[in-house]
Amino acid sequence: MMANLKELAKQKELFTGGHRACAGCGTVMIARQVLMASGPDTVVVSATGCLEVVSTIFPFTAWNVPFLHSAFENSGATVSGVEALYKSWVRQGKINKKINFIAFGGDGGTYDIGLQSLSGAMERGHNILYVCYNNEAYMNTGVQRSGATPKGADTSTAPVGKVKKGKEQYRKDLTAIMVAHGIPYAAQSIAGNWRDLTSKVEKALAIEGPKFINVFQPCRLGWAYPPELTCEMGRLAADTCTWPLYEVVNGQYKITYKPKEKKPIAEWMKLQGRFRHLLKPENKALLDELQNKTDKNWEALLKKEAAI
Amino acid sequence: MAKTNIVAKTGNEAMADAMRQINPDVVAAYPITPATEIVQIFSGYVADGLVKTEFVPVESEHSAMSACIGASAAGGRAMTGTSSQGLALMAEMLYVASGLRLPIVLADVNRALSSPINIHCDHSDTMMLKESGWIQIFSENAQEGYDNMIQAVRIAEKARLPVIVTTDGFIISHGMERIEILSDEDVKNFVGEYKPEQYLLNSAAPITIGALDLPDYYFEHRRQAAEAMKEAKSIILDISKEYGQKFGRSYGLFEEYKLSDAELVIVAMGSTAGTTKVVVDELRASGVKAGLLKPRVFRPFPKDEIASALKGAKAIAVLDRSDSMNGNEGPVCLEVKAALYDKGLAKPVVDYIFGLGGREIRLQDVEMVYNDLASMLKGKTFDKVNYMGVRE
Repeated sequence: MMANLKELAKQKELFTGGHRACAGCGTVMIARQVLMASGPDTVVVSATGCLEVVSTIFPFTAWNVPFLHSAFENSGATVSGVEALYKSWVRQGKINKKINFIAFGGDGGTYDIGLQSLSGAMERGHNILYVCYNNEAYMNTGVQRSGATPKGADTSTAPVGKVKKGKEQYRKDLTAIMVAHGIPYAAQSIAGNWRDLTSKVEKALAIEGPKFINVFQPCRLGWAYPPELTCEMGRLAADTCTWPLYEVVNGQYKITYKPKEKKPIAEWMKLQGRFRHLLKPENKALLDELQNKTDKNWEALLKKEAAI
Repeated sequence: MAKTNIVAKTGNEAMADAMRQINPDVVAAYPITPATEIVQIFSGYVADGLVKTEFVPVESEHSAMSACIGASAAGGRAMTGTSSQGLALMAEMLYVASGLRLPIVLADVNRALSSPINIHCDHSDTMMLKESGWIQIFSENAQEGYDNMIQAVRIAEKARLPVIVTTDGFIISHGMERIEILSDEDVKNFVGEYKPEQYLLNSAAPITIGALDLPDYYFEHRRQAAEAMKEAKSIILDISKEYGQKFGRSYGLFEEYKLSDAELVIVAMGSTAGTTKVVVDELRASGVKAGLLKPRVFRPFPKDEIASALKGAKAIAVLDRSDSMNGNEGPVCLEVKAALYDKGLAKPVVDYIFGLGGREIRLQDVEMVYNDLASMLKGKTFDKVNYMGVRE
């Protein structure tokens, strides 16, 4: 059922080149692959953020599907309205073909300012797929901390200083919050594994009701790494289990990628400027704490999968 | 003449009935006093299958307007209702709706803004958004609220601008009145089918809506919206005229009540205009040349027409049911004064801020204003802004 890479590559591009994203940007990779999986009968709604800003500079657009942006915090509500009209038109016999409704938001527009609108949309059960491109900070406004920023990361509003070591709190587990809404499909994926992402999108779109995919999106600007390493950065996140790949179908957990050899998080951190301070000997305690937390989270996930 | 059904309804019931007859594709709303009933009643129509509407009971007013924007951009008729804090919470999205030129219709039941929190009528909520690019139509009573809602659909779609129709909180929204309701068929024919040129659900012809508009184009797009607001005036007049011809109730940009030979003139909007009419009648009976100008369309503000209508007035009082908190006049008075200035009409104009937070306005209060105008003509001076009915 899942398309192979050759087939995907032959499709008409629904998210085209010519956009103005940074070299090595993970967001546009995610958008392109999500649309490859959804096909042309898709309406996209996007929150304000990098994705919208780099792809729709008037009079140009990178979208070969209908696209709507209304504001930052309301992708969930806006797509609810689009999908509501579709339902009304189906009832009136004005439309009969299947259309996919996909909303995109960054971690700011999803974890934080957009959480209410997202939660409302999920609770009401709209037939939509919400994709969070999660680069773990407010990258569009200059790398400020968000609810998705991991503890210890250096950001412009949680900087490393003489007494503080970057962000002081653990990140919010948004995927768990989405699972708690009782939606039929929630998953985590990464930019850097096209097969994992496209197959999760295909699977999600085949299910009626609200779906959520939290896609880990390396940001070469905010994380400070060489642009050619984006895919590698995503894969390392999965290999270190800092960003486990799994899906939750009707409440049942399934880990979709288990690293053969679980790597230490420092392997992933050392390639990024935002964690540079954590690798200094004086911050070893914090690094150990983060490794410990990552291990515990992974163990907990394994238990959730085993509990089925 | 079209068949009408005479019924007793509250303002909220009348608005809900108008919505049922309009039968929009999508209604998204969040409850707020005193507007709650409109969509509460309407959701009953949805539950009974009387409308084709998809009702979206959202988690906030911000999301209500966001969902209306989604539905409207997708190609459908979208409506909502709110009041006060709800309208304030929507504010960001109201600008998005008008900037995207989406013909959404909103029933706003006028209520004071916090703080202090207060659930009763004044016009602060609508006035806060007078620069939002929404057409604003005020109603004197439930009948007008009903008639305005039906016309608003056509006005919005022709002008490609969203429309707010207001009623006064509690005074109209909860007051029971005699109303003439049109037949469902007449409303259906009047509003017709909405046929957007470009819309999201047409995936065969994909469009991008809500693009990033940098210095290259933003100004041009705002200019186009400003032009649309200017042109809306004649659209409103045409549609109001058609409504009058079909259904016998005619509306203009404003109403002139015994104004043609009036010397002492009050300018008042909403339910207060009705109160003022009673006083005008009484004063006329005793030979006083009193008159009323009731703005119906506050956005776009018909300044030339209002200035012309006020040409014969010797003294003018504007009743503002909100305060601009600007150290100067209230919003309606400022508009009226600007209109007169541009026509070279240097008339004595005095502003009365009144009725904030639902403070009652009585016949005696309005009569006092006319008395003030009379004494103004005899040389008595007044502050340019007066607070009427407040303990000081």
